[in-house]
Amino acid sequence: MVEPKAAVSHLEAAGFTHVVWIPDSSLGPWESALVASQKLQLIRPCREGEAIGIAAGLILGGAKPVVVIQCTGLFEAGDALRNVVHDLKLPLKLIVGVRSYQAHLAGKSTDNCPAFTEPILRAWQLPFTILPDVDDAGFAAATWELADAPAAWALLLGE
Amino acid sequence: MTHQEALTVLAAHRGDRIVLTTMGSVGIWPALSDTPLDFAYLPSSMGQGVAVGLGLALATGRDVVAITGDGSLLMNLGSLVTVANHPTNLTVVLIDNGLYEVTGGQDVVGARRINYEHLAYAAGFDRVYIFADLEPWQKKAAEVLSGPGPTFLWLEVDGERGHKTPSPPRPMAEQIQRLRVALAQ
Repeated sequence: MVEPKAAVSHLEAAGFTHVVWIPDSSLGPWESALVASQKLQLIRPCREGEAIGIAAGLILGGAKPVVVIQCTGLFEAGDALRNVVHDLKLPLKLIVGVRSYQAHLAGKSTDNCPAFTEPILRAWQLPFTILPDVDDAGFAAATWELADAPAAWALLLGE
Repeated sequence: MTHQEALTVLAAHRGDRIVLTTMGSVGIWPALSDTPLDFAYLPSSMGQGVAVGLGLALATGRDVVAITGDGSLLMNLGSLVTVANHPTNLTVVLIDNGLYEVTGGQDVVGARRINYEHLAYAAGFDRVYIFADLEPWQKKAAEVLSGPGPTFLWLEVDGERGHKTPSPPRPMAEQIQRLRVALAQ
């Protein structure tokens, strides 16, 4: 997994202004670096659908947020995502940690999260990139791709 | 106090705030105020109006009013905690009619029994106002809207059944465009 300071540095360099997040155990170590960032404002909502609503308001107001959540939260946030991406047509950007992804690829997990994440994003017609192994260079490139995408996009991080 | 009366007072004091309306309020507000800073959040994701208002307040630093119904707020009660813990000049206006009005007027769970004042204080709001009658709301409206935010305003209004599902005053793309133009000025 990319080092927390490096991850936050890449988010800053990509031009994001706000991180709206509900962390999981893999993303949680980013917190100190996010709090210390001079370029990113950390927003802590109570649930993932709310995170997407806040991001929508931020985009409407001229900011460039990224929502950082786990795939379980993505499942929870479906209607908010549908509304923001397809009704409001806003360029929502998501980073989604996919729980048990690497174990799933190796056939060593009974966790059903990896099985549902990609099909659900396809059902919501949200384009995405997936990083099975989240190394520094791969994360940097994927973060730029995410930030530069003119429409809504998700970056999935294999955990 | 009717929903219409409650919003009429609010409109008289809206100033240059961004005002986000949801659900039944979308059917009333455009006749009271229809500037580029009036944003009808419809089509919506029910319960997300306060969250969108918070994002607008965070991004712009401007005074924002987010009008929500009781059914919508109950779908996203945690949003009160989020708003109270992110300093902005956001005023959350709860139009409490005890009903899911736009679907024909079915009862909201706990209708007229929920103490939203306690919920707001418990969530961390310092400024909480409650009005069930028109006259005191008229007298205090300027004070409510002029103080530092975030603010929670609970307006108890009559439940009215039989309203049609509201339509937004203009297409969403047009709404977003004119809001952005207004914010850029």
